[in-house]
Amino acid sequence: MHNYFMRVVAAAINHLLYLSPNQNINCMKKFKLLLMLLAFSVAGIHGLRAQATFPVNDVANPKDGCYAFTNATIFKDARDTLKNASMVIRKGKIEAVGINISIPKDAVVIDCSGKFIYPSFIDIYTDYGIAGASAQQAGFAGGAAAFFRTQQLTSNTKGAYGWNQAIRSETEAYKLFSADDTRAKTLRDLGFGAVLTHQKDGIARGTGAFVTLATQPDNFVLIKDRASAHYSFNRGTSSQSYPSSMMGMIALLRQTYLDAQWYKNNPAAEGVNLSLKGWNESQQLPQVFEANDKWNDLRADKIGDEFGVQYIIKGGGNEYQRIREMADTKASFILSLNFPAAMDVDDPNDVRFVGLDDLKHWELAPGNAAAFEKAGINFCLTTADLSNPADFLANLRKAIEYGLTEQKAFEALTKTPASLLGVYDKIGSLETGKIANFIITSGPVFAERTSLLQNWTQGIRNAVKEENWYDAKGTYTLVANTSGGPKNFTLELKDAGVASFISKDTLTGKYTYDGKLVKLSYTEGRGPGARETIFSGAVAGTNWNGFGSDAQGNKFTWSASFDKKAEAKADSARTRQPQTLGKVTYPFLSYGWEEMPKQETILIRNATVWTSEKEGKLENTDILIKNGKIAAIGKNLSDPTARVIDATGKNVTAGIIDEHSHIAVSSINEGGQSVTSEVRIGDNMNPDDINIYRQLSGGVTTSHILHGSANTIGGQTQLIKLRWGANAEDLKFAGADPFIKFALGENVKRSSATQGNPRFPDTRMGVDQVQMDAFQRASDYQKAMKAAEENNKKKGATPIFVRRDLELDALVEIMNKKRFITCHSYVQSEINATMKVAEKFGFTVNTFTHILEGYKVADKMKAHGANASTFSDWWNYKMEVVDAIPFNAYIMNKVGLNVAINSDDAEMARRLNQEASKSVKYGGMSEEEALKMVTINPAKMLHVDSKVGSLKVGKDADIVIWSDNPLSIYAKAEKTIVDGIIYFDRDRDLTLRKQNLAEKYRLVQKLAAAKRTATGGAGGAGGFQRARPRYEIVNTCSDHNHNTGLLTIHADESDENN
Amino acid sequence: MKKIFLIITCVAVITGAFAQETISPAPAQKETIALTNATIHVGNGQVIQNGTVVFKNGKITEVGANASTAGAKVIDCKGKHIYPGLILSATQIGLVEVPSVRATADGSEIGEMNPSIRSLVAYNTDSKVINTLRYNGILLGNIVPDGGLISGSSSVVQFDAWNWEDAAYRSDGAIHFRMPSLLQRRGGRGGFGNFGGGQQNVDPVKRGLEQIENVKVFFREAKAYMAEANHASANLKFEAVRGLFEKKQKLFIHCNIVKEMLLAIDFSKEFGFDVVLVGAVDSWQIADLLRQNNIAVVLNQLHNLPVMIDDDIDQPFKTPSMLQKAGVLFSITDDDENTRSRNLAFNAGTAAAYGLTKEEALSAITLNAARILGIADRTGSIEAGKDANIVVSEGDLLDMRTNIIDHAYIQGRDVDLHNKQTQLAEKYENKYGIK
Repeated sequence: MHNYFMRVVAAAINHLLYLSPNQNINCMKKFKLLLMLLAFSVAGIHGLRAQATFPVNDVANPKDGCYAFTNATIFKDARDTLKNASMVIRKGKIEAVGINISIPKDAVVIDCSGKFIYPSFIDIYTDYGIAGASAQQAGFAGGAAAFFRTQQLTSNTKGAYGWNQAIRSETEAYKLFSADDTRAKTLRDLGFGAVLTHQKDGIARGTGAFVTLATQPDNFVLIKDRASAHYSFNRGTSSQSYPSSMMGMIALLRQTYLDAQWYKNNPAAEGVNLSLKGWNESQQLPQVFEANDKWNDLRADKIGDEFGVQYIIKGGGNEYQRIREMADTKASFILSLNFPAAMDVDDPNDVRFVGLDDLKHWELAPGNAAAFEKAGINFCLTTADLSNPADFLANLRKAIEYGLTEQKAFEALTKTPASLLGVYDKIGSLETGKIANFIITSGPVFAERTSLLQNWTQGIRNAVKEENWYDAKGTYTLVANTSGGPKNFTLELKDAGVASFISKDTLTGKYTYDGKLVKLSYTEGRGPGARETIFSGAVAGTNWNGFGSDAQGNKFTWSASFDKKAEAKADSARTRQPQTLGKVTYPFLSYGWEEMPKQETILIRNATVWTSEKEGKLENTDILIKNGKIAAIGKNLSDPTARVIDATGKNVTAGIIDEHSHIAVSSINEGGQSVTSEVRIGDNMNPDDINIYRQLSGGVTTSHILHGSANTIGGQTQLIKLRWGANAEDLKFAGADPFIKFALGENVKRSSATQGNPRFPDTRMGVDQVQMDAFQRASDYQKAMKAAEENNKKKGATPIFVRRDLELDALVEIMNKKRFITCHSYVQSEINATMKVAEKFGFTVNTFTHILEGYKVADKMKAHGANASTFSDWWNYKMEVVDAIPFNAYIMNKVGLNVAINSDDAEMARRLNQEASKSVKYGGMSEEEALKMVTINPAKMLHVDSKVGSLKVGKDADIVIWSDNPLSIYAKAEKTIVDGIIYFDRDRDLTLRKQNLAEKYRLVQKLAAAKRTATGGAGGAGGFQRARPRYEIVNTCSDHNHNTGLLTIHADESDENN
Repeated sequence: MKKIFLIITCVAVITGAFAQETISPAPAQKETIALTNATIHVGNGQVIQNGTVVFKNGKITEVGANASTAGAKVIDCKGKHIYPGLILSATQIGLVEVPSVRATADGSEIGEMNPSIRSLVAYNTDSKVINTLRYNGILLGNIVPDGGLISGSSSVVQFDAWNWEDAAYRSDGAIHFRMPSLLQRRGGRGGFGNFGGGQQNVDPVKRGLEQIENVKVFFREAKAYMAEANHASANLKFEAVRGLFEKKQKLFIHCNIVKEMLLAIDFSKEFGFDVVLVGAVDSWQIADLLRQNNIAVVLNQLHNLPVMIDDDIDQPFKTPSMLQKAGVLFSITDDDENTRSRNLAFNAGTAAAYGLTKEEALSAITLNAARILGIADRTGSIEAGKDANIVVSEGDLLDMRTNIIDHAYIQGRDVDLHNKQTQLAEKYENKYGIK
């Protein structure tokens, strides 16, 4: 203890020496300060402030910690700056701030001439001081990666919690919190003084706590115990099978909102559910959602909209790509400054696989915050996601270089986060009564050469780059008392440690200075005969005194006195070259639009028109398109306002409709349970899918995006139009009847599970019972709902609360013919059995999809009233398709079923016309009938035949112009029109290819230049990474192999599925 | 017990239930046959209008507009098109029946260096798939083993045989080397973290290069082994590649990206092997280099998405025409394991839509394939002296609208075009009375 104490005293004396020279602290105060510092330091060990209830193992040491900071430029907030001002703090709070305020007698005065004081920063997105889950966070270990594994169907969490392990709303960060000075220092060194912290684990993560980064007992740093509630699209450590997909997570959140509402009535059926209790108790707090991606941001916001919650959204850095949509959320955002590192582009074979979108993102990501500012969206900044938090300020400067104003940046780090959390009355600006959290800098806070000198948290000084408090640069009078008599010099200390000793001649030398000790030297002569004279000394006020020796070893003493400061040089506000930046395209991919295309009046002239109507095929016919609709079909049409397309020798058909597709989504399979009718494909559309464009090039205009086939009752489907460039909502086919995916057979009984299948069912017998049970439950649910509704209408009746169940809601809709089934199916037994279940519950299976043994039960399907959507010629890839035949479509058609040919495959969808054509070969179907299988027939089975699927006046102008007979292998779609907008044009495509290439190589050259000049990438740290191939995530139904490109990852095989 | 049951059930389904068992290989050609008045697509680029093909004892004896039909059974093919039998340059037909049922999969052996593995001996002539290929004009296939680095030898079979010995058309003509991928794994945004299980710390490129060097070491040792005639213990693995050094076999290297292909070319330089690239999706990028080094290419599955999102949307479709322009010898195959290889002609048709002439596209699935497989002296085109491997189609074979096969002859034998699927169709046409 003794030794330790001595060390502390020594440290305190050092502090004193260090503070004294330029600070005009009078002698008395110096002494006081010494005592203070002693007290501080000792207290630093045991905690500065003694809590009233805590016994003191020492002499009681009460104190106020009153300090006055004078002569500073004080930024009270982003809009109010005081020059030559003072601030007084006491007991960790600001007592006064202003110009000409009186300085209390008991204040320790610190002269801050030339210094800037700002409120310290607030990071609203951390897990500071929370031990546990984060480190081992599993990312999103979902997708169908779980498809082949043994599933854990129930929660592993012990205790009276909810059913799902990823809903951790019982978590309270303040109970887990304990200050962590190592991390606190990292953040303080960047200028932060307070953070919101929470446990980053789970989809619902419980509450966050607002704490300062002071070196103090936890009891004092905890400013607000329950400051926020947190959510994410990340299951975290949960190993439970559900939810395994983005849409499953969304469904789980939605259901939990409903469950929590219901739980408020303390339903006996639930017992105690601490997760729902925690959920309900935290609803009034600011709700923070970690979404981490532009589309996820919108998904989160949509959940919020449904339940009257406005989330504060933690973004992912790519929001600038859809800034209008971000503004529409009306949310406040939390933005990371984690910019992608530059890629090495020194190997053309590697560059070949680098994605244009990744390159563009590298270039544009630093402009994300500026885009928010420009769009008038409220946001704050966080250190989250930075692999090295020390990059924060450099990256922030990068963001400023890209157009973020310093004022906004400052606000985003102070007032905005404090206001969002409702603590602006306590923190976030320098005003009387607020917490004394502030930083002292050597210059403007964001300037490159500015040093952050001290960071005060709750009135306690934390040194950052204190050694830079003093600027030794300037002119001094130096006298060296050599044995030959005094030598007088004018000493000039300059940048970069250069010193000039001026007498008759000017001798060049060096200096170092750390605020306490100084070293000087000069050299006479050059080469081997050069002689060096060296000085060292200590600081005493504005004087330096010391001792030196010349080249011969002659000793001397010396002293120097300060004359004047060096002229301050302009700081780093280097005038930057205006940047050449690429443009944001919609979508943010190759072939995207810089401006979305518009509807046109179009006259297609003199084509062979395949109407897919009773009119059949019309030669030399014109089609007029107006306002997105087909206005006229006939000969010699005219419209002076129309853009005329000469289609002589060309064929025109309705846009192709794919009844079974899995493109343009973030997840496809929610296989966590056997019944997941609550999940909705439409919740997780991904418009950034190149396959939209590729399929437009194959004439596809409408796609039915289905849930995968992982379970018996899958998710709700989404009909879309291939509006390339549109956002998630605008892709949707408005007004279409809702559908749902069912599945049967090998996939739902998990035949491919290599490690066993604990999930019921494991046989086709079980599949039947899953259906029966689901609809029985739905029936009972519907009855209970009705009974409750009637009861609750009665005056004075005790209200009955039935738990609203999203899963059963969808099934009830089916029974009431408001939602329709498309059922993945292969063998005749299961097809037959499913129809029997439907008939028992009074509805029809709208569509059997795949239906490769449909030809065996076509008569029964006809009697039932089902449609059939099948592959042309796939077979034999698994046991349940060994009896598949390419004559299937033809036979079902002959029996009188409405038959479509679907793709279920992103590649094949580009050739659906040719797939339909195979029925001409296999069975001799007429060409017009064959074409109907990809136009009007799927339109009928999707209940949209009044709008699309054929060429008829009044229908949507979804039209394809083909180079050849549309059923021919040689046919190419030359133009594909959706809603009267030309979304694909083969000529324009050639131009786009050139543009893509030019843009890619502009960026590659920019990267090469960055490497040459070593200024680094967009990442402030300037790090480079190896060229990264741009893989494409392909979602499939996990049913069979797909012909995808080399750089694709099947979502099934991926552990991450964004 | 349950498993055994399942297996029994599966076997019963595969072998018991279907009448394909009654479809027999055709007897040897007895009488001379003349196909007359047809449009003959020779396979070498030539087209003969109103032509006649005469074949006898399994060999084509005469082809032309004025061929003599004397003594021949004349089949009038007016309005029809005649083609050489189509050839799958690389397929696993007969090795793998139902890919998802492990018991039916004989395509991939354990181990890294398996040059002595022979696909021929496992080729199942009773596969239900074979007859469906004939239905679409595919009469020959190169049966390729998979697995490891050196997978073994492939053999060309004809698709109308009682057993593999009868089927053998050219035995062990190629040794297959599956080059490890040199593509940097780990995706970008939306990429994946754990692909390849616990190997995420291994640099796949470095590992791949080591493996490729191992294969070279193997060949260097094999070469040294062969320099000495007498060995106390024979080495079957070395013996299996003797044909490569003697140029009686070709080395088929399965690879895709430029780096891999450049290293593949080096096998031809160092060892003097005849190298054929299989897959080679990016071959269009170095087409001139391939031609200079006489490297042939087997393009696989044209009906594929482009390699990456930025690529030209029609890149796989137009790759054949780019190779054609550069003068590279190439064929088109379709080794899809979901048994879609019957769409071979349509793969070629797509190539024709994207830059090849129809006759060039035809060559890519006939004569070029025969040349690459070393059987061009016997098949691949309709020329006198070659085997009568002939297909008669009602129309353009490359277009699904008109690919309707009337007759197919393998070595002059009149092949039964029925198959399990036509029979099932017939069964249900009868049920519904819709024929």
